[in-house]
Amino acid sequence: MIQVTNLKKSFGSLQVLKGIDVHIHEKEVVVVIGPSGSGKSTFLRCLNLLEDFDEGDIVVDGFHLKDPKTDLNKVREEVGMVFQRFNLFPHMTVLNNITLAPMKVRKWSKEKATEKAMQLLAKVGLQDKAHVYPDSLSGGQAQRVAIARALAMEPKVMLFDEPTSALDPEMVGEVLAVMKQLAKEGMTMVVVTHEMGFAREVGDRVLFMDGGVIVEEGTPQQIFDAPQHERTKSFLSKVL
Amino acid sequence: MMDFRFNIIVEYAPFFLKGVLWTIGLSLVGIFFGTILGLAIGLGKMVQNRLIRLPFDWYVHFFRGTPLFVQILLIHFGVMPIFTAQPNPLVSGAISLSLNAAAYIAEIFRAGIQSIDRGQMEAARSLGMTHVQAMRYIILPQAIKRMIPPLGNEFIVLIKDSSLAAIIAAPELMYWGRAMQGQYYRVWEPYLTVALIYLVLTLSLSKLLHRLERRYDA
Ligand SMILES: Nc1ncnc2c1ncn2[C@@H]1O[C@H](COP(=O)(O)OP(=O)(O)OP(=O)(O)O)[C@@H](O)[C@H]1O
Ligand SMILES: [Mg+2]
Repeated sequence: MIQVTNLKKSFGSLQVLKGIDVHIHEKEVVVVIGPSGSGKSTFLRCLNLLEDFDEGDIVVDGFHLKDPKTDLNKVREEVGMVFQRFNLFPHMTVLNNITLAPMKVRKWSKEKATEKAMQLLAKVGLQDKAHVYPDSLSGGQAQRVAIARALAMEPKVMLFDEPTSALDPEMVGEVLAVMKQLAKEGMTMVVVTHEMGFAREVGDRVLFMDGGVIVEEGTPQQIFDAPQHERTKSFLSKVL
Repeated sequence: MMDFRFNIIVEYAPFFLKGVLWTIGLSLVGIFFGTILGLAIGLGKMVQNRLIRLPFDWYVHFFRGTPLFVQILLIHFGVMPIFTAQPNPLVSGAISLSLNAAAYIAEIFRAGIQSIDRGQMEAARSLGMTHVQAMRYIILPQAIKRMIPPLGNEFIVLIKDSSLAAIIAAPELMYWGRAMQGQYYRVWEPYLTVALIYLVLTLSLSKLLHRLERRYDA
């Protein structure tokens, strides 16, 4: 589904990604962990080209991102993204937040988009919030709406960048529950998170990043129970 | 001040009326073309390419960094004669005001757009929207709301600044105030009257804008 080869990226003179190779398979849930500043967000943002990269290649669902003939908007239609700070559109109701892209990008009718949106709101447990504005939602509700908004485009892959980091602790569970459900339904997911419980329970594979490289990868059991590298061990000892 | 002569104000009333209509006309033209030109220049200032951005930057530098007074003189006596033997002072005034307001409005426009959180554009793009779609449906609707108060401010400044066109004998309100002063050698009657009329104009506009803001908030 996503093939990343020798991905390199610098901000000015600071090299943030120093050659990342990873293959994400269909229906796989890949969890990315690592210390702050290790390049996790940058890596994720390269996957839908919110961040341009300098070297290497990324192939998403058959599209070569560096190929000038590739229509990036088409790629982004297939790759949903959920942000740490939700980024809901504050001037629109929850319903319009969700229906906008399907109508303008996928050219669905209003009826079809609304039906889909209501289905998704039911799925994240927020049908009754369809007609309110985002500022009246709690953090957990806002993030569930953001997930519904991304899903409305019927993407093939979902990227999550620390989706629960901006939430009060009592709201983390409701968002993780939605993500678990999504994983169970077979969605391909790449999740950057500090929720080690989620990584262990839902992840098919865990990537440990540090200093712009993938230091170690493996099943959750391998990474959490028998880490091989010193840096992995020291990171895990701090967060577990 | 002891012998305030209302009779000469009454005598000049028809001229003040004509003048205030020209003042309103100049202001409206300035607001209209200043806004359109300002949007274009604001867009130009946001282009990534530095070379393309340069002339727009300097446009704003020039019109914000030099007195409108000087700009009016340059345009009326320097630029307009290139196109016509007898420049119309009202036209010169309208052009000067529009060009000057455009520089301020360009900045208001740019600041409004750049005040919108980067995450909004990223969310829109991540959903597959083009840059134009993201601007149209996500960024501009939020930016315009924030632009209304500073734009209103600029329009009020524009009404007051139109008085500078008196210096090239554009027959707007201030021109008639000066004419009256010259005829009667009186200070308070002409200038107080003129001041009062400007005050009515600017207060009416700010009332109107307040209503618009409230409407937008609801
Ligand atoms: N737009 C940018 N301009 C310059 N430097 C940046 C930019 N974005 C990120 N960086 C730098 O790149 C490095 C990696 O950042 P990144 O956000 O990818 O880390 P992260 O692993 O997601 O960290 P965190 O856990 O804090 O979110 C950091 O040193 C950061 O300061
Ligand atoms: Mg990050």
